[in-house]
Amino acid sequence: MFERKVPVPIMLNRIDVPIMVKIIDVIQETDNVKTFTLDISLNAKPGQFVNIWLPGIDEKPFSVAEDNGKTLKITFFAIGEFTKKLFACNVGDKIGIRGPYGRAYSWKPNSTLALIAGGYGAAPMYFLAQKAVETNCIIYFIVGAKSKNHLLYLNTISSLPKTFLHIATDDGSMGHKGYNTEVLEKILQKHHIHQVFGCGPEMMLYSVFNLCKKYKTEGQLSMERYMKCGFGVCGQCVMDNTGERVCMEGAVMTTQQLSCIEEFGKYHRDKEGLKKPF
Amino acid sequence: MADLSVTFAGVHFTNPIVLASGIMGITANSLIHVAHKGKLGGVTTKSIWLTPHQGHKNPVMLGTEHYFINAVGVPDAGIEKAKEELRIYKENKSVPLIANVIASSETDYGMITEAITELEPDLIEVNISCPNIEDEFGKPLACSRVKAAEVTKICKSKTHIPVVIKMSPNVENPVEIAQACEDAGADGLCCFNTFGPGMLIDLESRMPILANKVGGVSGPGIKPLVLKMVNDIYKAVKIPIIGTGGVLTGKDALEMMMCGATLVGVGTMIYYYDIQGFVDMAIEMNDWLDEHNIKNITEIIGALNR
Repeated sequence: MFERKVPVPIMLNRIDVPIMVKIIDVIQETDNVKTFTLDISLNAKPGQFVNIWLPGIDEKPFSVAEDNGKTLKITFFAIGEFTKKLFACNVGDKIGIRGPYGRAYSWKPNSTLALIAGGYGAAPMYFLAQKAVETNCIIYFIVGAKSKNHLLYLNTISSLPKTFLHIATDDGSMGHKGYNTEVLEKILQKHHIHQVFGCGPEMMLYSVFNLCKKYKTEGQLSMERYMKCGFGVCGQCVMDNTGERVCMEGAVMTTQQLSCIEEFGKYHRDKEGLKKPF
Repeated sequence: MADLSVTFAGVHFTNPIVLASGIMGITANSLIHVAHKGKLGGVTTKSIWLTPHQGHKNPVMLGTEHYFINAVGVPDAGIEKAKEELRIYKENKSVPLIANVIASSETDYGMITEAITELEPDLIEVNISCPNIEDEFGKPLACSRVKAAEVTKICKSKTHIPVVIKMSPNVENPVEIAQACEDAGADGLCCFNTFGPGMLIDLESRMPILANKVGGVSGPGIKPLVLKMVNDIYKAVKIPIIGTGGVLTGKDALEMMMCGATLVGVGTMIYYYDIQGFVDMAIEMNDWLDEHNIKNITEIIGALNR
């Protein structure tokens, strides 16, 4: 019998031409942050991202805040032209989606993990925590924000089993007054942590990276760069000096990987590829 | 082990697979990373403009198992940034570098060619065939025999580095345009840029999906079209050809060479098989040559029976 020997393309388990899906639920998290539940599952894993398309307007990448096999959630901050338009969408409206993209977080079952989130990084971190506790992990979950009003997902995180929630705010309006990384350091001193996971602003991640080095703990951090295709072709999100792509060799990168990346914590590139310092 | 090395316009490549322009070519480190990990013969930069140029909004690239479409719009930070990146590339002594340049007028093509020459790339590829910036600049110069020849002449007069013209497949007379470029002094041809432009639409919103509405089509479906035109051009010119379009596997690359290509440009393949696909291509090419007892890959260039 003749056998067709065709290598299996890597793109078959995702959608690369956006499809329009209904928003089936909207939660107003804070003044500027909303969570949309979309009527689709892409079998996304914690740490992966999707591209959201508003026809005729633009398309941007978003971390997945949950994918339960039936629906998919994104939590976003109305900060630019695109996210403000997205913010104005209601239940029943349709938006475009494609993905999922990027490497996901990988954790060891039955271990003790520290999860650190800055700002809306709490959403993808919650997704990770939810999946990790299912594999019998114990979780120290540290969330940080400017002030009490900017903290996200506190109730949902508190409701997770085997999860210890720690809070830090810049102004001290709730929890520790100061950086969430200061809380992380105390946890690393006090407990035996197997892995550290981080999502948030790059300078926060850079501090987490240094703490991982100091306490010789393995870390996985979710990186963000200006992106176009999301599937490794355009080269827009490459990092110096390894040339790795955030969409393919990230978005979740190990601290080992990041130790070779010179631009980490220093600069990123704009649409035209020009360097912009943090 | 067959010898996969080829010489193109006097430049030696350890294997015929080169990264096509517009793919992962934004930074020097990106090119070095792909060249190393993919064990490539050579790499091509993204198209470089004299002055910064903004691209299109997202989405700029879409793909399915059958085809790929893009309208990135050739964004670039201009020659000054390119100088910094190309210097880093040269310092790393990686595989031969093809610098791809673009401009909006014949005079500017001359100026960018002159500017890029200072950085001493191994080849200069002149992009006169981008199908997704027509709104801004009109029909590509590659669609006119006269204009294609004029640009070739101007670029040749500004550099001592071999000049390769990137051709458009979207013309009635590709052979005549190829001959006109050869007569004007081109040292090689890159056949081809993407097809179209084409369009993908979304039924629900009744909107074209690419922000630019239309974009160049590439991917597996264009291979037979490219093979035919490469062969037609091969029979009509003496200068070497970079065969580009729809190549996903080592056997595809061999077919392209059999039709007359000396180098094989590969880009969209990354979408299907990622960087590892380049390594697999070279292995497959070598295995086929060994099986057929061919010692040197150059033996199959243009070896199509007809």
